Amino acid sequence: MTAFRTPLKVVRGLGSAREGTGHWWGQRVTAMALAPLSIWFLWFLAMLPGADHATVSAALGQPLSALLMLAFVFTLFYHAYLGLQVVIEDYVHPRALEITLMVLIRFAAVLAVLSTAIAILRLIFIAAPRT
Amino acid sequence: MAQFTLPKNSKITTGKHHAAKPGSGQKLRRFKIYRYDPDSEATPRTETYEVDLATCGPMVLDALIKIKNEIDPTLTFRRSCREGICGSCAMNIDGTNTLACTKSIADVSGEVKIYPLPHMPVVKDLVPDMTTFYAQYASIKPWIRTQSSPPPDKERLQSPADRKLIDGLYECILCACCSTSCPSYWWNGDRYLGPAILLQAYRWIVDSRDEDTGARLDDLEDPFRLYRCHTIMNCTKTCPKGLNPAKAIAEIKKAMLARRAV
Repeated sequence: MTAFRTPLKVVRGLGSAREGTGHWWGQRVTAMALAPLSIWFLWFLAMLPGADHATVSAALGQPLSALLMLAFVFTLFYHAYLGLQVVIEDYVHPRALEITLMVLIRFAAVLAVLSTAIAILRLIFIAAPRT
Repeated sequence: MAQFTLPKNSKITTGKHHAAKPGSGQKLRRFKIYRYDPDSEATPRTETYEVDLATCGPMVLDALIKIKNEIDPTLTFRRSCREGICGSCAMNIDGTNTLACTKSIADVSGEVKIYPLPHMPVVKDLVPDMTTFYAQYASIKPWIRTQSSPPPDKERLQSPADRKLIDGLYECILCACCSTSCPSYWWNGDRYLGPAILLQAYRWIVDSRDEDTGARLDDLEDPFRLYRCHTIMNCTKTCPKGLNPAKAIAEIKKAMLARRAV
């Protein structure tokens, strides 16, 4: 126990952050969304075994497929980000390392969403591969 | 970082074996007990005691008292009521946190392994340091908080239906079996309040006579104080009183959601 501080002073610390509910509920809502989206995603892949580029871009070009695919990757990476944040908070206690990792996973999640979105949009709007 | 291995000075070695004096009609049982003496430089050790169950009470606490009285008076543990209401003799028996006074020796097969509550600083042998745990309990201000003054001529009334809401909560004896069985409490016990304290907090949140519900929720709404609970459920599994701290925590989370836009 820190010298000359009561145990209660130590336990109260900086007080309550008045947040956490949004994170907790967000994780559950994205999980609810991912259950049907993941099934659709697997079904979508199963429909296209060994398909060539033109077939895949035509399939993704369907408005519903494009919508679900973008919804899937956004929800997936957001859910993964929320989950990784909890893992780091749970296990990584050296403050500098914790902040570094937290910022890095945030960057990684944004880059992952944007790069997959670009890939999907390219498949949809640029029908033929460039030669 | 979270500790996945014991620190150097906590590595457990094997200590003395206290064999029973041979005699007739004996029903011998081995008790392997964690020993640690803060006054010596030695790391902790386990000592094995052979106890004659023919002359011993049925509970693990009976055996501990017999060992202390007849074999080794240096063995240190807390006990008081010996009937599961004071919570003093909470310890890890046969791999599960429970009360030594209500744990039957017959329910353990083979050697009875006894350790202090997990991941707590050890004062001596089976006595953990509960300072932080009690400070966390004090931090939730576990008493009725009201703005209205009580009726001048009688107590604050409560309907039978409202009284039912604190069933399964008021029975908690704060033995800390649940909190010290929770991995989240092991890794973040300095900031996470743990199942026992959250169950106690919920006991006041649902109390129909308490008027400070919002402030209580404010104080709990924190990524560490409340949301370190990842519904592992060890708390409910281990509770020697058969209570359900995991459900109490879930109810707090539901209350958090009920007062905001979903």
